[in-house]
Amino acid sequence: MNTEILGIIFMYGAVVLLAIPLGRYIGKIFTNEKTWLDKIFNPLDNLFYKLSGIDISKEMNWKQHLVALLTINAFWFILSMFVLTNMSWLPLNPDGNPSMTADLAFNTSVSFVTNTNLQHYSGETGLSYLGQLMLMLWQFISAGTGIAICAVVFFAMREPKVSSPSGRDREGLLGNFYFLFVRSCTRILLPLSFAAAIIYAFNGTPMTFEGKDTVTTLQGDTVQVSRGPVAAFVAIKQLGTNGGGFYGPNSTHPFENPNYFTNIIETISIFLIPIAMIFAMGFVLKRRKLAWTIFGVMTIGFLCLVIPSVYYEMQGNPAISQMGIAEPNGSMEGKEIRFGSAASAYWAINTTCTSNGSVNAMHDSMTPLTGMFTLLGMMINCFYGGVGVGFLNFYVFIILAVFISGLMVGRTPEFLGKKIEAREMKIAMLIALLHPFLILAGTALASFLYSGNPEAYSGWLANPGFHGFSEMLYEFSSSSANNGSGFEGLGDNTPFWNIACGLVMLLARYLPIIGPVAIAGILASKKYIPESAGTLKTDTATFGLMVFAVIAIVAALSFFPALTLGPIAEYFSLY
Amino acid sequence: MKSNILPAIKLTLLCLVFFSGIYTLTVYGISQFASNNGKGEIISHNGKTYYTNIAQSFTDDKYFYSRPSAVNYNAAGSGGSNKGPSNPDYLAQVQSRIDTFLVHNPGINKSEIPSDLVTASGSGLDPHISVQAANVQVKRIVKIRGIAESDIRQLILSNTEKPLLGLFGTERINVLKLNIALDNLK
Repeated sequence: MNTEILGIIFMYGAVVLLAIPLGRYIGKIFTNEKTWLDKIFNPLDNLFYKLSGIDISKEMNWKQHLVALLTINAFWFILSMFVLTNMSWLPLNPDGNPSMTADLAFNTSVSFVTNTNLQHYSGETGLSYLGQLMLMLWQFISAGTGIAICAVVFFAMREPKVSSPSGRDREGLLGNFYFLFVRSCTRILLPLSFAAAIIYAFNGTPMTFEGKDTVTTLQGDTVQVSRGPVAAFVAIKQLGTNGGGFYGPNSTHPFENPNYFTNIIETISIFLIPIAMIFAMGFVLKRRKLAWTIFGVMTIGFLCLVIPSVYYEMQGNPAISQMGIAEPNGSMEGKEIRFGSAASAYWAINTTCTSNGSVNAMHDSMTPLTGMFTLLGMMINCFYGGVGVGFLNFYVFIILAVFISGLMVGRTPEFLGKKIEAREMKIAMLIALLHPFLILAGTALASFLYSGNPEAYSGWLANPGFHGFSEMLYEFSSSSANNGSGFEGLGDNTPFWNIACGLVMLLARYLPIIGPVAIAGILASKKYIPESAGTLKTDTATFGLMVFAVIAIVAALSFFPALTLGPIAEYFSLY
Repeated sequence: MKSNILPAIKLTLLCLVFFSGIYTLTVYGISQFASNNGKGEIISHNGKTYYTNIAQSFTDDKYFYSRPSAVNYNAAGSGGSNKGPSNPDYLAQVQSRIDTFLVHNPGINKSEIPSDLVTASGSGLDPHISVQAANVQVKRIVKIRGIAESDIRQLILSNTEKPLLGLFGTERINVLKLNIALDNLK
C-alpha cells in the first residue's frame, strides 16, 4: 500500500488509541481522583493556590465561573498589550526586532488570549524571544481555560449526587474555576508538552537563546538563519489547539517540523486532547455510550472532510498537469517533500476541524476543494473542535437536536434528565447563528470595501478572481472559529484586518463559552426527571444522525452560497 | 468581580514564571544533550558547517538544484508563495521554470520533470527533493562533471531517505548532503 496513505492511517489510529486512556486520566483530574502523578503535582498545585491566595474549597455556580474566567482573561490581554508594544527595549531580543504597532498588538493579544493564534506578523522579524515566550504562556493558559470551562459543563451535566426533595444539586455549585484551571495546565498540558518538546529537540528543532546565525553556503552565498527556543514552543502550540508558529510558515519550516517522525507527533498532538475530552466526558458522567455516540458523529464528519481532501491533493493541480510535466507527488506548491501531499492534506483538515490552525503546508496553494474542506472544518468547528471549546460547540448542537427531535416524535425535549425550554433554546440558537453571522458579515464588508475601490486595497489579495474571495472568506472563518490558520497570501497586517479580525475573535471566543455554560448552568439547577420509557434516548445512532443533520443544516448550509462564490467556482474553472 | 482581580494577577504572574521560565529552561537544559547543543542539526564539510535541514540555493549547474523558494532561501524570513492553483501569473511562473529547466538540461523530456522541481516549497527552505527530481538532473551533472552516470545513480541511491520504518511517509533526498557527496566523489 502507498506509504503516504499508510502514514495517515497510522496517525489516526495512534491518536484514538492514545486519547482513550488520556480521556480517563483527564476525567480523574476533573473529579479529583488519585493518579500516579499526584506526588509531583500536589505540592506544585498547592504552591500555585497558596501564593495566589486562592481558596479552592469555595465552589462556584456558573455565573461565578464566568466572572473568574473573564477577569483573568482580561488581565492577560492587558499584560500582552504592554509587552508586545514595548518589546524593542525589553530583554531577550538578540535580533533587535521592533515593538508592534497598536493595532497589530491588539490583534496579536486577542489572538493568543482567545486561543486563536491568528498571526498577522512573522515570528522571525516580528517578535523578540521575550514576546515569543509570553505568547507561549498564553498558549498554555488559554488552552487551560478552555479545558477548565468544559469541565464545568461536564459537572453541570451530571446527575444530581444528593437526591434532595427538590432534586436540585447543591444549588448548582460546579466546582472551583481556579482549581480546574491550574490542574488543566499543570497535569494535562505540561507533562504532554514537556515530552513532546524533548522529542522535537532531539530531532533537530532548535532550543537556544542565541540569535541569528550567519552561514556561507556550499555554493558560496551568505545567508542568515533564524533560531530560538523553538522546541518548547512547538510542543504546546500543537497540544493546546493554539497553532501559532514560532516562524512565519509554522510547522512547514524545517526547524519547526524537521522530519516525518516529528510530523507524526505534531499531527497526533493536534487531535489528542480534543478527542480525549469526549472520553473524559464519558468518564465524568459515567455515560460511556454517550461519549462513543458523540465520537462517532464527529468521526463521520471528519472523514467526510479528510478523504476528499487527501484525494484531491494527491491528484495534483490540473493546470500544472496540462503543462505536460509529471505530478508523481501530487500538488506540491506550498508543500514540503518530507511530508508529502497526503500528510499535508491530512494535517490541513486536522488543524481546521479543531481550532488549532498550525499548518505544515500553505493552505492558500491547495487545490480548490481541499480549500473548501478546510473552510468547512472551521465553519462547523465542532468535529472534535478546540480543547474544551470544541465540546461546548457540539453541546449547542446537541441541545438543538434534542429540541427538534423532541418535537418530531411528540415528546418533551429532555437531555440527561433535564427539560429543555424556551430560554435555553434561545441561547442555543443565538450561539449557533453567531458564527455564520460573524463570518458572512465580515466577508461581506471586506468584499464591499475591496470591490468599491480595488486600487486602494490592491495590497490585500495575492490572487485574483474566485481565489481572492476565498482568501477573505478564509480569514474571517479562521478568526471566528478561533482557528488561526490563513490563506496567507492575504495582506492582513493593516488596521482594517487587525481590528476587524480582533473583534471577531473576541466575540467568537467568549460568547460561545458564555452561552453553553449558561445553558448547562440553568439546566443543572432544574428539577431532575429520572429516565423513563418516554425519555428520548440521546446515546443511540438515530440521535447521532439527528445531531449530524442539525450540524449539516445549521452550520454547513448557511455557508453554501459563500462557498459557491469562492472554492466551488474556482473548482469549475480548473477542472 | 473584585475578589477575582488580585488572585487573577498573582496566578498569571506565577504561571509566567513557571511556564515561560521554568518549563522553558528545563527543556533548554535537556536540549543541551541534543545534536549541536540544540542549536539545529549541522554537517561539516571542508572545515565549514551547514544546517542540514535548511535548504541552500544551488544555481550552479554542477550541483543538484533545490526546490524553488518563494523567499529566495532566506532562512531569516521564510515563507511560501501563497499562490492559488488557478492564478494565471503563478501558472506563467511555473511554465517559465519548466522552460528554464529544459534549457539547462538538454535531452530531457518535459514529462520526466516532477512538479516539485518547479513549484515553491511551503517554507521556502525545503531541504529535500523527490527521487525523480534527482534522477532527472543526472544527465546534466554527468555532462558537466564528467563522472560516470552509474556513479551518480549510486550516489542518489545511497542518499535516498526511505519512508519512516519503511512504512510511513515519502522517499526523499537531502540536496545538501547529495551535493556534498558529489563534491567528495573526486
